[in-house]
Amino acid sequence: MIAAAALFLIALLGAGAASAAEIPLAERKSGYEFMGRETRAMQDDDTANPAMLSVLDGETLWQRKDGSAAKSCADCHGDARTSMKGVAARYPAFDAARRRPVDLEERVNICRAEKQQATPLAFESKELLALAAYVGRQSRGMPIDIADDARMRPFLQAGRDMFTKRQGQLNLSCAQCHDDNWGQKLAGAPIPQGHPTGYPLYRLEWQTLGSLQRRLRNCLFGMRAVSYPYGAPEYVNLELYLMWRARRMPIETPAVRP
Amino acid sequence: MTRADGMSQRTRRRFLVETAALAGAAGLALRLDSDPAGATPASMQAAIRNVAGEAKLNKGRVKIDVPALIENGNAVPLTVSCESPMTQEDHVKAIHVFTEKNPQPNVIGVRLGPRAGRASVSTRIRLADTQKIVAVAQMSDGSFWSDEVEVIVTLAACLEGA
Amino acid sequence: MARALINAPAKAKHGEAIEIKTMISHTMETGFRPDSTGRPIPRDIITELVCRYNGEEIFRAELFPAIAANPFLTFFTVATESGTLSFEWTGDNGFSATESVNITVE
Repeated sequence: MIAAAALFLIALLGAGAASAAEIPLAERKSGYEFMGRETRAMQDDDTANPAMLSVLDGETLWQRKDGSAAKSCADCHGDARTSMKGVAARYPAFDAARRRPVDLEERVNICRAEKQQATPLAFESKELLALAAYVGRQSRGMPIDIADDARMRPFLQAGRDMFTKRQGQLNLSCAQCHDDNWGQKLAGAPIPQGHPTGYPLYRLEWQTLGSLQRRLRNCLFGMRAVSYPYGAPEYVNLELYLMWRARRMPIETPAVRP
Repeated sequence: MTRADGMSQRTRRRFLVETAALAGAAGLALRLDSDPAGATPASMQAAIRNVAGEAKLNKGRVKIDVPALIENGNAVPLTVSCESPMTQEDHVKAIHVFTEKNPQPNVIGVRLGPRAGRASVSTRIRLADTQKIVAVAQMSDGSFWSDEVEVIVTLAACLEGA
Repeated sequence: MARALINAPAKAKHGEAIEIKTMISHTMETGFRPDSTGRPIPRDIITELVCRYNGEEIFRAELFPAIAANPFLTFFTVATESGTLSFEWTGDNGFSATESVNITVE
């Protein structure tokens, strides 16, 4: 099946695809709109959304005292429903000490190391995803709103460069599928626009909750491009660009996708 | 490999499965029938016979609700509902669901009764391929009713690497 | 214990058929998936869910590998009296999980 997709892409590229142009703001659609009715219903119903099991785990972890400081997230941040409202909608955010943007999972681990004196949670671990899902859930419905911070511009540009440059064995850019050919079919599945409105999300293909980085790695694999290790700055830059590109679209975390 | 009695190992396994099925040893039959090459219409029929014996499967009263085109076979929403007053005298005793091409044919078996109020169950199932799904309902009067649907299963894009 | 989520009305009218929704975290390893060496990963699934209403069994389901990961199962029961709905999942490798919710019936 991958071979068939590759042939389609080679034909597309051979036909001289137009250079990438950003999707006009009014034409942006969430991946939600490309899903079938039943998958959308799964996302819309908190009593049926399998990601809610992780959100509940996150709620428990929020209260759990950890590290040599024996502190919980709640000890500093109180009730997440108020303190975390809007937070996921403005990540990745600039970390002054590190002089670069960090994503939400990194932010959780920074807090663990600095405030709880606890070991970082592994990327893509059940616990880190649960906390990210719980925090992200508090921004559901709120518009994505990355700060217009001059310090972030070089990283935003790096993300945009990664999105538009051709890479991998297929010499394909993200933009060629997600800006130029969204809505068309790739091996039977519709190509969405690639907005990270619902992460971490329950991907039916994974049968579990997963991060944006996991999904990006799936894309890079499909493109036959080199992928980076989890936590790489390339992913944070790309996420920053994607969140900027999805600005003012509502957060759907925790979403469901095929 | 042929045994002394002339049966090949594979024929012997099928014989045991079918004998066990006739004897009604449902659990045992299912363990033996774990052929990774996949279920077949014949093994689905055997699994249905396990439940319904030789009874006639009437068409009607049972309805399978499933998307016709499935975007990912890992989690397919499925609802099976039966028309029934669900009284002590007239109710659905059990609902069973089967598939034709999954590695093994059984999906779920649900025991109901007059306390259910409504004979309707929903779940999410795995479908290995485009195939037929069959639901069989057993009524309190001993009759069996069934419904079957054909679904198309597509794959997600951009899968996981090795 | 695995995370379980039950959704059932907290209040119901006597004689009303109420919908009960259940979900539990579990990978439901089918026993058919090959590992990186090509050998099948052993089966590890939830095989049964039983629901009891004030101790009396009102629903029983036998689950097979074809049930999707994080099993979601909904069914109906007639609200007869106030009390407790209890849920018990059992499965391979001694898996066991329980959950319960209260219901007030007018």
